[in-house]
Order: sequence, then C-alpha cells, then structure tokens
Amino acid sequence: MNKMSKSTLWFLGGSLLVYVVLQTLVSTGLLNSFWNTIIRLGGVMVIVSIGLNLIYGINGQFSLGQWGFYAIGAYAAADVTYRWSVNKSADGLVVLMLATTLSAIAILWLHKRLSKVRGLDSLSAFTIYLTATVLLSALSVQIGMALTPVITSLLTALPAAIAMQIVYLLAVLFSAVLAAEISYLFGLPILALGSDYFGIATLGFTIIVKILLDNSDSLLGFVEMKGARGMVGIPKLTSLFWVFIFIVAVVIVTRNLLRSSYGRAILSVREDEIAAKAMGIDIAEYKVIAFVLGSFFAGLAGGLYAHINGFLHPDTFNFIKSFDPMIVIVFGGLGSITGTVFASFAWALVLEGVLRLFLPEGFETWRFVVYPLLLLIIMLLRPKGILGDFEIPFLRQVLPQPRKKEQNTPAEANA
Amino acid sequence: MNPTTPSLVQQVIQKRWLGKAFILLLTLLAAWRIVTALLENPTLFLQQVVNGLQLGFVYALIALGYTMVYGIVRLINFAHGDVFMVGAFVSYYSITRFQLHTWLARLAPGLPEGVVLVIGALTVMAVSMAACAILAIVIERVAYKPLRNAPRISALITAIGVSFFLEYFAALQFVFSPNFITYKRPIQVVTWAISPNGITTLGGGNAPPEGSILFSNIALIIILTSIALMLGLQFIVKQTRIGKAMRTVAYDKQTARLMGINADAIISITFAIGAALAGAAGMLYAIAFPQIFFWMGIIPGLKAFVAAVLGGIGSIPGAFIGALIMGQAEVLSAAYISTPLRDAIAFSILIIVLLVRPTGIFGEPEREKA
Repeated sequence: MNKMSKSTLWFLGGSLLVYVVLQTLVSTGLLNSFWNTIIRLGGVMVIVSIGLNLIYGINGQFSLGQWGFYAIGAYAAADVTYRWSVNKSADGLVVLMLATTLSAIAILWLHKRLSKVRGLDSLSAFTIYLTATVLLSALSVQIGMALTPVITSLLTALPAAIAMQIVYLLAVLFSAVLAAEISYLFGLPILALGSDYFGIATLGFTIIVKILLDNSDSLLGFVEMKGARGMVGIPKLTSLFWVFIFIVAVVIVTRNLLRSSYGRAILSVREDEIAAKAMGIDIAEYKVIAFVLGSFFAGLAGGLYAHINGFLHPDTFNFIKSFDPMIVIVFGGLGSITGTVFASFAWALVLEGVLRLFLPEGFETWRFVVYPLLLLIIMLLRPKGILGDFEIPFLRQVLPQPRKKEQNTPAEANA
Repeated sequence: MNPTTPSLVQQVIQKRWLGKAFILLLTLLAAWRIVTALLENPTLFLQQVVNGLQLGFVYALIALGYTMVYGIVRLINFAHGDVFMVGAFVSYYSITRFQLHTWLARLAPGLPEGVVLVIGALTVMAVSMAACAILAIVIERVAYKPLRNAPRISALITAIGVSFFLEYFAALQFVFSPNFITYKRPIQVVTWAISPNGITTLGGGNAPPEGSILFSNIALIIILTSIALMLGLQFIVKQTRIGKAMRTVAYDKQTARLMGINADAIISITFAIGAALAGAAGMLYAIAFPQIFFWMGIIPGLKAFVAAVLGGIGSIPGAFIGALIMGQAEVLSAAYISTPLRDAIAFSILIIVLLVRPTGIFGEPEREKA
C-alpha cells in the first residue's frame, strides 16, 4: 500500500513538474507559440492513442475508427463553442447536453432490460437503440430550443471569460459523450465481426464520417461548419493547462480501470477469447466497454484539438491520418501507457516540429519521404515498439503475489 | 403459456426479425430508387451500368492483388494502391519518353496501323506490369519479409509506411512531380452509339441518336483485357505448379515448407503477380480517366480493397464480384442518390454486407486458430 502511494506521488509530482516547467517556458517566451502548439498537439495525440491502446493494445480489437470518433468530438465541440462565441447563443450546448444525456439514460435503461433477453442478436438490439436515440435526439432539439433563452441569459449573467470556459469544458466533455454513444451504437453490431473485418468496418466508419463532414453544410445542415472549405472562427481555448489536466485524468482512469476486475476482463479478451469465455467473462460486453471508453477518449481529444488552432478541416480527419494513432501505439509498445505517452510526444515533435523546421533548404518536400523511412527503420529494428512493454511504476500492473512455498508443497507431494 | 408455441415477442427475438427488418428496409429503399430510375429513363440507367462495369473491371484487377496477398500472408497490403499508381506512371513515361507504343512502326514501317497499335499498347502494358512486379518483390523483400514472424500489426504499419513512402517519393519534383499530368493515350478514343436501330460511330460532330447508349472502345479494351488477365490468373492459380504451391502456402505455410515448397519464393511470386495486375490496372485506369498524379492510387486502391473484402478476402471470384458491385454502387449512387455521398454509400454497403455475411460474400468462415 505504501509503495503504491509512493509511485502515485511520483507520478503526480512528475506530471506537475513537467507542466510547471513547460508553462514557465511558454509564459517567458522561451518556447514560442509554434512549439507550444506542437506540445498541445502531442498531448491531444496522447489522449487519442491511449483510447486506441485500450481498444487495440489492451482489448485486442483492431479498430481504425478512432479517427472518426476524434472527428465527431472535434466538430461537435467546435460547433457548440462557435455558436456561443459568434452567435451568442447556447443552443448548441443545450441541445448537445440534452441529447447526449437523454440518449445515455435511454441506452443504459435499455441495456439493463435487453441484456436479460436471451438470444437477442446484436443487429436487432442495434435497431432498437438506434430508434430510441434518434427519437430522443429529435425530442431534445425541440426541448433544447425552448430552453435555450433561459440558459443563454443565465450564462451571459456570468463574467464573459468564465462563461466561455464553462461552455468550452461542457462542450468538450459532452462531445466526448456523444462520440462514446455513437461508438456504442456502431460497435454493438460491428464488434461481433472477426478482427480484420472489424478493422475494415471501422475504417469504413472513419471514411463515412469524413465524407459527411465534407458535406456538413449542404447535407447535415450545419452551415457554420462550412463543409469542405473548413470551419473557421472557433475560439482558441485549449491551453497547455487543460491538455495536461485531461492527460493526467485519462492516464489515471485507464490505469485504475486496468487494475480493476473490469480491466482484467478486458485484457483477458485480448489474450484468449475462448479461455476468457470459459472463465465466465461476457466477451461481447467487455469489447463494448473498451470500445466505448476508447472512443470517449477520442471524442475528448477531438474537442481539445478543435480549440487549438481555431479552425477545422475535414482533410484532417482523412482515413490516411487515421493510421497515426495506430502508428503511435505500435511504436510506444502495444498495451503500454508510458510508451503511448512517450511516442505521442515524439510523433508530434518529429513530424510536426523537427521535420518541418530542420530539413535542409530545398528539401522541404522530403518531410513525408523521411517520415515513412523512419517508420520503416524503427519498425524493422524494434517490431515491438521503442519502449517494448516498459511502464513507469505508477502504471505497472499489480501482479498477483506468487504462492507461498507451504501452499505448494502438499500439491507437489500429492503429485 | 404453452412452451411449444412461443409468444410473438419471443419469435421476433429468436428469428432476429428486428435486425432483418432494418436491413430489409435499407435494401428496399435502395431497390426502389433503382427501379424507379430504371423505369424513368432506361437508356440513362443502362448507360450508368456500362460506366459502372468499366470501373468495376479496373477495381477487380486491383482487388485481385489485395486478395491474393491477404490469402497467403494475411497482410492488408496498403502499398498496393500505390503500386497501381506507379504502374500508371510507368506506362505514361514509356509512352511519352520512349514512344514504346509505336516501336513496331519504327522497326518495320510498312505494317498496318492497327497491328502496330495493338502490339505497342500490349508492350506498354507488359512494361508497366513488369515494373510493378519488380517493385513489389523489392518491397516484399525489404519491408515485409523481415517481419514475417513479428506481430501482424508491425507488418501492417510497415505497409502503411511503404505506401506513404511511394506516394511522397513519387511526389518529388525529379520523380513523378507533384502535379496532375494529362495522360497520353496510346490509342484513339472511338465512341459507338448503340441504339435499337443499330450501331453508329460517333465523331465529326454528329450527335448520338435518340435513346442510344454510348460505348467506347476504351470500355471494351478495359473489359476484354481484364477478363483476359483474370483468366490468365485463374489458369496460373488452378493449373500450374506455382499456383498449386501458392494455394498450399495459403492453406498452411509450415506444412508447405515440409513438402519442399520454398514458401518465401512463393510469397514473392504472389506479390509480383498481384502487383503486375495492379500495373495493368494502372494503365487501364489512366486510359479511361486520363489524368495521373501521385495520389491517384489511394482512392481506387481503397475501393478495390473494399471490393476484395466485400467478396470475401482471400477469394479470387469474390474479389471479382465484389469489384463489380463496387463499380455499380459507385456509379449508380452518384447518379441516383447523391454524388458527394457516393463513397459513403459504397462503404455503407460494405458494412451492411459484413453484418449479414461477416466474412464477405464468398468468404469462408474464419477458421479457429490452432
């Protein structure tokens, strides 16, 4: 017990130290805004990749849909804060919160009922959930529009900066909930597929999301998202502080999850589905849990990302980019959280920073020639990731105590 | 309640009616749209089907490479679409820089033009096929072979790396340049208007007759070449010793080695054959849509990959059927549902097919890994 709290202290102290150092460097101007942006991008990547690591590294489900949920989180959060800062209306926030909350309640309620029904196939369950959530979303648009003036006047009563931060935080959190709910609906029928087919279906999801975003103004009716021209005018609210807070929160949540019985069950699904089933683990259930939580992190990261540069473009959510978190978690070592954090920052620093700034003159176009070469070399030299399965003490799995000698002896004597 | 007659709710659950109803609803919507389109303007509809066929056959050639490689090493070879791009560029340079499509005319000036063109175009195709085959063998040896015993994801990441590398290396100014390049067709386009009254050749400004379907020699060439190449592939896989070895390695690599088969060589050959088909597809695609650029491989590659999965990855007839479906889905949804959403619809079809048949149309159920 004592040792664990010591490692916790080390972890929290270390993160605080890193944050203070970086924040001082940024505030004093030693790190200019370029590097500040890169650090925040790396931080966002940490959150997406930890989510994917949960799905793929720890649960073993080969998902390429992470980037789609990231896009959903980004655009949903951006839309809410845009409506608040430009249109001075909290309608986006109210509708998003209502819709996600009502759907969450409905999903949980239905889940409780439906999981008792024997023999219900995932596609039928999906149809029920889909109908419920679509109806509730339509309902919450109606209620939300009625509630908007009240909430808007309440928020405008607050000082502008504080109101903005509140809207921002709620937008980011509820966009993540939205991403999680969509992942639940989508994951329900899809998670039953075999691993490669699951990967391809999720890749299809990412591409569909990207295409919808390309046409967000004409087809979805979100004029302010401006479709393929890219959304501009999103308030730049994601500071180093928020990125760090969310990274620490995500790491702690993941770590505690992995140490719980839920985490063990999730891990056992990766190791051997048949053995896990034989141990009485509901495989489908734990796949969904890992997938939804991973997508929640993706949505969270998306919300943070949207408020870094202040503009969003559907090309950012291209399926080619959707391999980035996959590359990061493989480099960091599958299943390793330390490795993911390390590799995310390394990825951002190398790809966005070093290769952008330090390629010799006339070789700027070589950035994406050097990057895959680095990728290949690292992969060929260290196929299990740069750090392998190294973890800092705080994140290490607590292994069961080895059995004592006395307990073993009778068994051996019997044999 | 009498246990022999389950209640309505139980029946709905057991027979999976809700899910089936959902899928059926989607299918009916699509079918209704297609039928109304067909009744509204049958010629336009048939024209779209012809266009879809042309596209589908090109996808089929690419899809075969994906499906063969997946069948033998269980690797989604993301670089395959870029090999296709290289094929298009090689054929472009052999036409513009080396005038390879007219070599026979320079050698023997008296020959009729038709013969020269056919031999020339076939030579260009052979050159790009060979170039792609060599490229694929190099890629396989350098990037995939060292990782054969590593986790599967490592090989997938290297495949993505190779894909990036090919794209951006091709985009360098001294390689293929980052510009859109207009492709020079080795053959003239001849368009025929097929109507109930007979076939007329278009050209010289005469308008196609009322109610006719346009069919170009390019569509004909694409369809015939693809069929020929696919028959050739079918012959190699089913009739030759190499094909037998390929099937053996795909079934069980360890046992194949014990039977004296050089598994590594067979894997290289599989990559080479798949890439050669992609090279031919690159040239055909460029003839049909004469604009080539370094990113041209991504979207057709992806579509072909989806086609391979749709048909059941690892199955050669599956890839063919899947590609035809993808071609039709793309063209018909662009024409009748929504042009910007056509790719989304293609992927939705993929997801729906996977929900109904989890391993694709012709796919075998996944074997339990020993």
